[in-house]
Amino acid sequence: MSAIPSTAIEIAAAVRSGSLSAREVLDDHLARIDARDGEINAFNLVMVDEARAAAAAVDAQVAAGEDPGPLAGVPLALKDNLCTHGIPTTCSSRILEGWRPPYDATVVKRVNAAGAISIGKTNLDEFAMGSSTENSAFGPTRNPRDTSRVPGGSSGGSAAAVAAGFAPISLGSDTGGSIRQPAALCGVVGVKPTYGLVSRYGLIAFASSLDQIGPFSTTVADSALLLETISGYDGRDSTSINAPSPSLIESLGEGVDGLRIGFVTELMGEGIAPDVAARVRQAADALAAAGAQIGEVSVPAAAYGLSAYYLIAPAEASSNLARYDGVRYGMRVDAPTTAEMNAATRTAGFGDEVKRRIMLGTYALSAGYYDAYYGKALKVRTLIVRDFERAYADFDLLITPTSPTTAFKFGDKTADPLSMYLNDICTIPTNLAGHPAMSVPFGGGADGMPVGVQLLAPALGEATMFRAAAILESAAPAIDEVWS
Amino acid sequence: MTLTHEPIEGEHFIVVSETTGNEWEIVVGLEVHCELATVTKLFCGCPNMFGDEPNTNVCPVCLGLPGSLPVLNENVVELAMRLGRALQCSVEPSVFARKNYFYPDMPKDYQVTQFDRPINADGWLDLPDGTRVGIERAHIEEDTGKNSHAGGSGRIHGADYSLVDYNRAGVPLVEIVGRPHIRHPEQAKTYIDELRAILLTTGASDAKMEEGSLRVDANVSVRRVGDSELGTRCEVKNLNSLRSLGRAIEYEARRQVDLLETGERIKQETRHWDEGAGRTRAGRSKEEAEDYRYFQEPDLVPLVPSAEWIAAIDAAMPPLPAARRDALALASGLGVTESSVVIAVQRDLDQLALAAIAAGGDGKRVLTHVEHNLSGEGSAELGPDAFAQLVGLELGGQLTATQAKTVLAEMVVSGRAPDVIAAELGFEAMDSSELEGIVDGLIAESPEEWSDFCTGDDKKRAKLQGFFTGKIMKATKGQADGKAVAALLESRRAESL
Ligand SMILES: [Zn+2]
Repeated sequence: MSAIPSTAIEIAAAVRSGSLSAREVLDDHLARIDARDGEINAFNLVMVDEARAAAAAVDAQVAAGEDPGPLAGVPLALKDNLCTHGIPTTCSSRILEGWRPPYDATVVKRVNAAGAISIGKTNLDEFAMGSSTENSAFGPTRNPRDTSRVPGGSSGGSAAAVAAGFAPISLGSDTGGSIRQPAALCGVVGVKPTYGLVSRYGLIAFASSLDQIGPFSTTVADSALLLETISGYDGRDSTSINAPSPSLIESLGEGVDGLRIGFVTELMGEGIAPDVAARVRQAADALAAAGAQIGEVSVPAAAYGLSAYYLIAPAEASSNLARYDGVRYGMRVDAPTTAEMNAATRTAGFGDEVKRRIMLGTYALSAGYYDAYYGKALKVRTLIVRDFERAYADFDLLITPTSPTTAFKFGDKTADPLSMYLNDICTIPTNLAGHPAMSVPFGGGADGMPVGVQLLAPALGEATMFRAAAILESAAPAIDEVWS
Repeated sequence: MTLTHEPIEGEHFIVVSETTGNEWEIVVGLEVHCELATVTKLFCGCPNMFGDEPNTNVCPVCLGLPGSLPVLNENVVELAMRLGRALQCSVEPSVFARKNYFYPDMPKDYQVTQFDRPINADGWLDLPDGTRVGIERAHIEEDTGKNSHAGGSGRIHGADYSLVDYNRAGVPLVEIVGRPHIRHPEQAKTYIDELRAILLTTGASDAKMEEGSLRVDANVSVRRVGDSELGTRCEVKNLNSLRSLGRAIEYEARRQVDLLETGERIKQETRHWDEGAGRTRAGRSKEEAEDYRYFQEPDLVPLVPSAEWIAAIDAAMPPLPAARRDALALASGLGVTESSVVIAVQRDLDQLALAAIAAGGDGKRVLTHVEHNLSGEGSAELGPDAFAQLVGLELGGQLTATQAKTVLAEMVVSGRAPDVIAAELGFEAMDSSELEGIVDGLIAESPEEWSDFCTGDDKKRAKLQGFFTGKIMKATKGQADGKAVAALLESRRAESL
């Protein structure tokens, strides 16, 4: 069993060559889940039977001389807001109790077609609303590196699954940082692609104009491979970009010589823990050493990103989550009239954070308040796009912390929603702009927990972003290196 | 205080208060929802079909299942633009919006519609009476499912349980919002007739009011004649036929005048027409109205049809009813508002009429036959040359009007030539001396009536003219020409005075 490689690229190569069976790979990972997920709680559901059947099919393909695809036999964890045909999909909410989607999300189809083995559905903050996975109806996920700490969120289960070695790769969704922040807190790679690069069909919506699916992995190359697999035009998603998938693996080794990379000054000062800021500077030095020109750049409207986001995302959510009314699927709490049944179902089915955001969003859109709140937030969004455009006139990439701090302790921020929201201050602006960004582990903080450095690129700038990520990966200090 | 309201004839429907003598004018704007005749639904590939087993034409998208996304059906855009251009609208870059409210027949608990940027804006519809009714907008939106309530009264309140059929959910609709330019219940009906003709001509919809593929809501208000400001309006719903539409507008106008004449105010509200009771009942008032929290639908991209697409639609536009009436009026020499011209186009017989006129038929006689003696469906066998020939025989005196009608009925069935049919039926022009003999004989038989005919007042004379004409027609087995009979009776009367 010790012969099982740790990365998706190595596993797929071994399975395709016939030197390792998908069954062996799966058994190894299921054993790890068995041993430790009771403590971590990364999974809402481990798809043992389906995964065994899929692994057997991959092995049969190899035996028949066929190529199962670039992810042959690679175990992959799916955030539990991605629809899986016939398999419960809960969004970690009681309101979807008992619902089994009659279809697969486009990304699920694509990873299955590439030979990946979907091994389970991972925990999240209910409907992806949160930054710690503490808002799950099924209990929090724990950070595998220190189980007294949160894994981040909302894709905390997918990040923890990769960090704990339950799967070399996983999929999450990122609306305001929900891939990048847990990647940073768990010490793995996480990517939020350009809006429209990956089909959202089958991703249960939180905020449709911001949501984007992306990969987690332990290495930059694995994320590149997974993103290549899931990206590309999908006729089922009207916001899908009609362009070929980017070639990321190919350009990974191209280096950063001559690239202009800017520090975003607004996201390096107040509110950023000094140890985190220091790691970001150290990362910039590593890029400079590899030939990049480092400068400072201002994205003034980024300071208003958080406020705009907490109006736009809840507004869309208030509409997206209206359908959970007890009429067609999921939970129903009976009551004498339809309206009372709707209210009773939603009262019982949604957790506090979801209710808080539905109310925020309903208020922001209501007559008489629309212009002051939602309307103004849209204007800020336009300003952020414009400010980023200016920044990218002078720079190829931007660099910031992913999260203001390392992983915090359970309960630290649950009493004060605003302090929790501040976790997303560095990640939100790119969602509002629709641009790609990724978090790369770069050493540890004063507490010995991982620090993530965020790389930002203009729309469809993934290939350049991955080139810099590869440099950071090779220059990164060990997480347990003594903090100086 | 008692009020009676007598409508004054004319284009405007005026309600007069007998106690005050105040004259009130009604003002109506119609909102029409029509289902577009596409093969598939608005945002998914499910069949757009009426009357199938419940919940068979559904998929994750039109059921609004979590994770599903809408994809706009291009044919919907095509039909919506065709309709918009036929209504003289400009096609604008448009966006979709969500209209948020909870209702069990609406799978997502929001309706995807167009709000501040509709695809079609600022057009008009010309009515046959010459009135131009403005069209504010004609936008695309999705239909809801259908509830049915079991037990109780059949309404949602008090029902034992309710069932929802989502086959209709996601069916494409166009909502055509007319400006308040209608002034008469009959004009409202004509507007719908005319709109339906356009929907059929453009192929946009089958426009069946009874089946619900065309639904009409009426915004009704009243104002004192001469006032230019609009009164407070009520929106009347549940109008399932043209008859209901006309009755409901008239009822609602009278109700409002009653209130205003007794010093009360009109409350802006939705009212439901009760066809059985012949009255409207209050629904939701504006104060209690829902806040729909419209915002741009983030799952769809802005819709910007290319100039080429719009030009192609214009180039392929079939002749519309107003243009067809113009052509027929020009060819026949009749006025464009003449009922026979309007009806010929309504019955889709204008091409036949034009061809018959081109073949030498007299325009007025051709259209008289179209109006009174032909139906749209049953005239397939009738060729324009034979039609023109028939009209020629009639005008030449070889056939009376009654005979011509009989011959025409046979032509429609068999497609044979009019002279052949006339000969078979033994229709021949009656010799004038023969007719004179019969008329003189009948006068002699009824001296009293003849005397009254010659000396009586107009009313009496008209009655007795009918008496004598009837007897003459009976005696000649309908072969006498009505005009010749009238002329003969008149000349005999003149002789006897
Ligand atoms: Zn469907």
